[in-house]
Amino acid sequence: MFSYCSDPSTLEGLTWLSCYLTTGKHMLFYVSFGTVLLLLAITAPVSLMFGFAGAMAARARFAPLSWIGKAYIAVVRGVPDIAFFLFFVIALDQGIEWLRHKTLCPEWTDAIRQGNDFLVCPDAKMPLSSSAQWIHEVYGFSLAVITFAIVFGAFAANVLFGAMRAVPRAQMETAEAYGMSHRQAFWRILVPQMWVYALPGLSNLWMVLIKATPLLFLLGVEDIVYWARELGGSKTARFTDYPHPDWRMWYFFALLVFYLSFTKLSEVVLDRIMKRLTHGQATAGGEAQRRANV
Amino acid sequence: MKKLILGTAILALSAGIASASEVVRMGTEGAYPPYNFINDAGEVDGFERELGDELCKRARLTCEWVTNEWDSIIPNLVSANYDTIIAGMSITKERDEVIDFTQNYTQPDPSGYLALTGSDPDLKGGIIAAQTGTIQAAHIASSGATLVEFATPDETIAAVRNGEADAVLADDAYLRPIAEENDDLEMLKKTELLGGGVGMGLRESDRDLRAKFDAAIASMKADGSLNKLIMKWEIGPGF
Repeated sequence: MFSYCSDPSTLEGLTWLSCYLTTGKHMLFYVSFGTVLLLLAITAPVSLMFGFAGAMAARARFAPLSWIGKAYIAVVRGVPDIAFFLFFVIALDQGIEWLRHKTLCPEWTDAIRQGNDFLVCPDAKMPLSSSAQWIHEVYGFSLAVITFAIVFGAFAANVLFGAMRAVPRAQMETAEAYGMSHRQAFWRILVPQMWVYALPGLSNLWMVLIKATPLLFLLGVEDIVYWARELGGSKTARFTDYPHPDWRMWYFFALLVFYLSFTKLSEVVLDRIMKRLTHGQATAGGEAQRRANV
Repeated sequence: MKKLILGTAILALSAGIASASEVVRMGTEGAYPPYNFINDAGEVDGFERELGDELCKRARLTCEWVTNEWDSIIPNLVSANYDTIIAGMSITKERDEVIDFTQNYTQPDPSGYLALTGSDPDLKGGIIAAQTGTIQAAHIASSGATLVEFATPDETIAAVRNGEADAVLADDAYLRPIAEENDDLEMLKKTELLGGGVGMGLRESDRDLRAKFDAAIASMKADGSLNKLIMKWEIGPGF
């Protein structure tokens, strides 16, 4: 990175450190922080959508739809995350390839399962084995996002389902008395008011989601845990310009600081959102705010 | 009609891409120097990187390098996340039942023990570390000593250093540079002859690809270029 880094064995102290911390390998480590943040930025809204859809389905008056919603919440919440991650990602990947195989290669006669191998025609591979490495990485990342969204969506669905029932019945009755239809009352009265009941549960979920991101590592995405372990392991001088003993403790300590400061920041932001949502609500918090302002 | 034309165009296009340059994805661990490791620039490097690139050149294949955890390296080959395993994997009967191997590109190399200098550990009844799913781990499990397994080779060394294990059993080529550079660690005299040499792993259904790599390895053995690589990276005896 810097011009003086050409021969690191002659450097000492901070100059050595500045070279060490800017190697290509460390850059990949820093980029992986971005991967984690990107995962959170995409997964949180998507799982909220899954949760909203799940909660709406669960409280639907049409019975089969309600069963689907309730089954989704019960099944996904009941299965350990890791088991779900390991099973679902493989199943989803093979399912997509199987569908593509059926549509793209109808004339293919060989069996798809040959012993241990799962074999589809080359055109049906997802992504194509000829595509660039970054496409493979984006595909793997997307599978991870979908899986995270389904898991956390189920928890969010349960939280939102409860929040929807917590809105005082009198509010809905008043809406109906004003002549609103069921749908209008739902969108105009119920949904805006439910968030204040949902937020404590959702903020919990957000915290758990932040802490669950190292599961990415399980799915083969090279995340911060992978790089911390790889960079921290002891290095012999024959294979690197920067030999060092076992430094994993320091790398994992850096991860600890990262996660702690990130969750702290989240808490501050969530507190502010809570204050805003409480404003003007018929809850104990809303009442306290009103009195403070009088 | 329009759909049909579009469909054939896409098919022709993808077929064209596939035949123009057959891309073979090479799966490796990237944590087992000198066989394979991630260098300072963040790229796969080592004996197998050089070997693999040369094999691909000889077989006229475009190769792409992918890293994968050792634990799941066979399952991910079988489900086609990459096409070959080139990760210092010894040819054994158990593995051969699940995947296929090319001919070996290193000689069967005795595995060595690494322990704290002057500690003289009990190799029959002591605690020996090894990486999960290796021939060394299988050997210790059947030898009567207590086996502690770790996901990465590096962690096995750390276990010896902090006293969790009395010694570590691994490929000699991996342990020797570590023993030479660290005064607190030494190689023991005792060795174990395990495995049938290292080969490239492929899916059992990929017979054509295996034949191509087999031919390339044979040609590298014949002209002595494989021996040169083995010497350069100090992998053990040549052919």
